[in-house]
Amino acid sequence: MAPEEIRSAIIDILGDIAPDEDLSTLDDAVAFRDQLELDSMDFLDIVMELRKRYRVQVPEEDYTALNSMASTVEYLTPKMVDVVAT
Amino acid sequence: MPKDYLKGVADAYDVVVVGSGLGGLTAANILAREGLSVLLLEQHYKLGGMATWFKRPGGHIFDISLHGFPYGMVKSCRRYWTPEIADSIVQLHGVRFDNPMFSLTTTFNRNDFTKLLTTDFGIEKQTVDQFFDTARNMNFYDDQSLTTRELFDRFFPGREDVVRLLMEPITYANGSTLEDPALTYGIVFSNFMSKGVFVFQGGTDKLIKAMEKEMKGNGVDIRINCDVKKINVSKDGIQSIDVNGRTIRTKAVVSNANLRATIFNLIGKDCFDADFVEEAEAVRLNNSSTQVYMALHPEDSIPRETGDLLFCSTADRFQTDLLLSRDITSRTFSFYYPDTRPDKKERTFIVSSTNANFEDWTGMDKAAYDASKEDLIQTTLDSLEKYVPNCRERITHAEVATPITFRHYTQHINGASFGTKFEGLGVSRALPQQIPGLYHAGSCGIIMSGWLGTINYGVIVANDVINHLSSVANTSPIATE
Repeated sequence: MAPEEIRSAIIDILGDIAPDEDLSTLDDAVAFRDQLELDSMDFLDIVMELRKRYRVQVPEEDYTALNSMASTVEYLTPKMVDVVAT
Repeated sequence: MPKDYLKGVADAYDVVVVGSGLGGLTAANILAREGLSVLLLEQHYKLGGMATWFKRPGGHIFDISLHGFPYGMVKSCRRYWTPEIADSIVQLHGVRFDNPMFSLTTTFNRNDFTKLLTTDFGIEKQTVDQFFDTARNMNFYDDQSLTTRELFDRFFPGREDVVRLLMEPITYANGSTLEDPALTYGIVFSNFMSKGVFVFQGGTDKLIKAMEKEMKGNGVDIRINCDVKKINVSKDGIQSIDVNGRTIRTKAVVSNANLRATIFNLIGKDCFDADFVEEAEAVRLNNSSTQVYMALHPEDSIPRETGDLLFCSTADRFQTDLLLSRDITSRTFSFYYPDTRPDKKERTFIVSSTNANFEDWTGMDKAAYDASKEDLIQTTLDSLEKYVPNCRERITHAEVATPITFRHYTQHINGASFGTKFEGLGVSRALPQQIPGLYHAGSCGIIMSGWLGTINYGVIVANDVINHLSSVANTSPIATE
């Protein structure tokens, strides 16, 4: 998957986890926590959904990489290079 | 021949979950949903652990721990269980305090507490806001040296009445005290303050039955009356468990038993590093409880204004040792009105809960123990009289649970009713580094306690187990693509 496809995959997951949030105004450079009502269980759910949907493993020590959209996409790009977008 | 509760059980599973408290149930459900083969073993004849209930002749059903949990349960139940379970969660509106310092009723959320603190207690709005924000921004990896007492002193110095308002309900919810790390307080208090206090309408029995149905649908092999005696490990990790005279192979174990019981009884300290054993031995258990269960006459009722949760005390000030003392001055009354179970007979139940030391209830002969229980009923009725006049004539059934009772049904060491103190969380999380495939998802660390805490901890641990199993073997029957 290309970075832009990964971004849209994350948006899909966020849409399911936080259905009440407006994701169209999301600033990729700013931490998710500073613009969305996400708690620690929400971040765990993002990790679990990534595994379920794309078989991508995010070990606990890497959770900080999921801080913002930009850092998430950067972190996932090498991991998801072989994943085919659906 | 006794009944074989393991009839038809397989020789091997991906994961065995030991114990069916809410943490064990949730871990089992998540693991099975992932396509893993899961065996759930419960030593008692009922699922649920401390999320339990019991029936008595005359249509009485008593809940042990239904009152109450934070709004976060709605989200957790929707995601990790079913929308139907989430939709049965309703708010309790009447949280009441009555003590020598103040008497008030609140919806127990940030708006109402801000109003109370600024008007009734005369605290500056800015101070209240800063306190709420500080509590809400606390994380489990924050500095542990700050105690809850120090947190309160920073914002409300000399205000023992404010301390009492802020602390009493949390002590009831998870047994924590002013001496525990402030971050445990901040996390739990903020969870409640987001929206208030909630319960599951239909009762604990309905919730656990709905969970059982969901687990069965997801393929969990559920067995009651199955007391796991041993978790067998080798240098490679988890091998098997011994239960009811059989040995069942497994790749991973999620223990929902008490943390110390898991390490020292189910496995044995020889299997762990010396440093780890030292850390585990230093983990303090949380206290136990006493409860008095009272059923109002079926024809009788009490007005809703009596409240849902009533924190009452005759003590002059809030103090940890007073809360645990056998000479009880503080009680939490839970009033369960008929709408707790709208589809059952109209009944009103009152449960009085008090934190207690295990030691205060051991070493008695039967006569002394029975007398002590009867005394607890009588003193509880004395206290209830102020809120339910003539309660002695109106209550048709009253009985007691002591720390001995809790130990009997849960097998928790010393009848611990809220798991371990904060240091237990680190020890619980470190288990898989000691023994590959070994996980613990029981009440621990104060923040992973209570209905919401244990459910979420079950999810966190299940996620670890899934990662572990998919990394150890490509042959692992992880969900097919």
